[in-house]
Amino acid sequence: MMRINDVILRTVARFIVFIILTLAIYLFFAGHYSPGGGFIGGLVIASAFVLLYVTYDIEKVKAGIPIDFKVLAAIGVFLAVGTGFSSVLFGHDFLTQVAKDFHIPFLGEKELGTVMIFELGVALTVVGVVMTIIVSIAEGTEDEWKR
Amino acid sequence: MNNLVAMPLVLPVLVAVVLIFFRHSPIVQRVLVVMTMFALIAISSVLLRDVHEAGIQRLDFGGWEAPFGILFVADPLAVLLVLVANIVTLCCIVYGFRSFTLAYEKMFVYPLMLLMLAGVNGSFLTGDIFNLFVCFEVMLLASYALITLGSQTIQLRESLKYVLINIVASWLFLVAIAFLYGTLGTLNMAHIAERAQQVGADPLITTVALLLLVVFALKGGLLLFFWLPGSYSVPPVPIAAMFGALLTKVGVYAILRTFTLMFTTHAAVTHTLIGMMAMLTIVLGCIGALAYRDLRQIAAFNVLIGVGFVLLAVGANNETAYAGAVIYTMHDMIAKALLFLIVGTMIYVTNHTAYTDMSGLIRPYPIFGWLFFIVMLALVGVPPLSGFPGKILIGEGLIASGNYVMLAVGFASSVVVLYALLRVFLQSIFGETIIPKEEKVRLPKTMLGVMAVLGALSIALGAGAELMMPYVLDAANVLANPSIYIEAILQREG
Repeated sequence: MMRINDVILRTVARFIVFIILTLAIYLFFAGHYSPGGGFIGGLVIASAFVLLYVTYDIEKVKAGIPIDFKVLAAIGVFLAVGTGFSSVLFGHDFLTQVAKDFHIPFLGEKELGTVMIFELGVALTVVGVVMTIIVSIAEGTEDEWKR
Repeated sequence: MNNLVAMPLVLPVLVAVVLIFFRHSPIVQRVLVVMTMFALIAISSVLLRDVHEAGIQRLDFGGWEAPFGILFVADPLAVLLVLVANIVTLCCIVYGFRSFTLAYEKMFVYPLMLLMLAGVNGSFLTGDIFNLFVCFEVMLLASYALITLGSQTIQLRESLKYVLINIVASWLFLVAIAFLYGTLGTLNMAHIAERAQQVGADPLITTVALLLLVVFALKGGLLLFFWLPGSYSVPPVPIAAMFGALLTKVGVYAILRTFTLMFTTHAAVTHTLIGMMAMLTIVLGCIGALAYRDLRQIAAFNVLIGVGFVLLAVGANNETAYAGAVIYTMHDMIAKALLFLIVGTMIYVTNHTAYTDMSGLIRPYPIFGWLFFIVMLALVGVPPLSGFPGKILIGEGLIASGNYVMLAVGFASSVVVLYALLRVFLQSIFGETIIPKEEKVRLPKTMLGVMAVLGALSIALGAGAELMMPYVLDAANVLANPSIYIEAILQREG
């Protein structure tokens, strides 16, 4: 393939990716009582990864982020269902969430809830699924069936 | 509150996720999946006892009470179907141990089967119509993956049809739900039922009911089945058996649930229409079953006849017919799984798909041959087998409501099924053995064992119908008297 002159894209991407990831984290935490949450946060994180894939080639990004996204999605689902399940172990209705106020240095009084873990699961699932879809479309089929 | 109610959905999802981590060790996957299925069967048996002794069980997710939160409801019908669905899935999975290649096992076939089961169980148990949509989607997404797994050309063609039809149906489902919410302002099924009764025979509600009927008819293969015979014949045998046994039954269950609980005010229009559609389905299914020589097509058209027969009960709309519908649905799940497995095995040992190309299978595989005989008699409804009690009860219900045409069509279909399958039996099971001894394909004991278990279950459900009857009558009671269901859900309001 002909090499494209993409110096600008490469330079900008390095900064933009961090801005996108910061926004994702903000959205993730904002989701507790205002618009945002794990789903949107996950999508934004995935978009940062996609930008990396567009800017650099697949091999390079794989070397940088050595994650099997299918497994990431599985971990996410496990976390989300697991938090629901843990309330069963404590004898409450399935999916019951609890929250408590904590004093965190520099940040002040913040409310932390088990719903955060649930949302983290959602975020990981979204990242895993979106990246699996995009990477499979880009790469073509897996080798399993060719044997 | 009873946390067991959610387990038939939660447990398969959790285990499916764990299985993904063991992608490259099929043995671990097999052990885990079998353990899960036994646990699920145990859980649903316990639930069945609870429901029988203590009435309808419920679980409000996160403690949010109905009608504001989403809840799962274990009523007798749902629990009976969950129990049978789990048993059938266990059989299909164990059959799969022998028939899946390593590539399938590495491409997440067991997690996908568990996820599909989770969707099926969730659809049976949910008490919220939007949640029903979600569970449908869980089930369908898993089935999309299962139908394409293997990447054969014919699978691509059939799965395209399957996916498109189901996406259109899902979209219609969403539209119907939006109309329903706009009209009645609630999505909780019991709450919808209560408000629909207060509103009375409102034309808008009847329209929504008919829209939902189209959706469920598409999914359940009631009249709108043109996609079904093709799609059900492309996936590997155990997956096709699960499709044939479970997926259409979810559509049937949804029709039974919505039209006995929610849309009862305009029965003259809706229920008669369902009865007519069921009758047409039976007639067309019979024509299909007679027309084809491809065994997979014959099996698929038999699924349609079963669907039509169960839904004749909605046309009759009385308690006896509903009792028949419940037990016939249970029978149909077992018998259809067995039929698909047998047909798949016949194709596996002979390498032909048309029954006219096979002959004399009973000599090399005697037990297998007689299993075919059992499933044939069960589907026809000969007394000691499982088809009989359901057919009799639906027949009684049809007589009680004076639907003699439906009665005639329903029972004529038994004769057609007998002819269609006896033809296959005489030609390919009996007849001159054409397979020389040295070329005989070995039939793995696991496969034969699974089919024997299903055959035994069919006999047990027929001969032991007396034992199941209390539970079946419970289910029919709830179907015929929706107020029991509504009160169990909305009790805290009053």
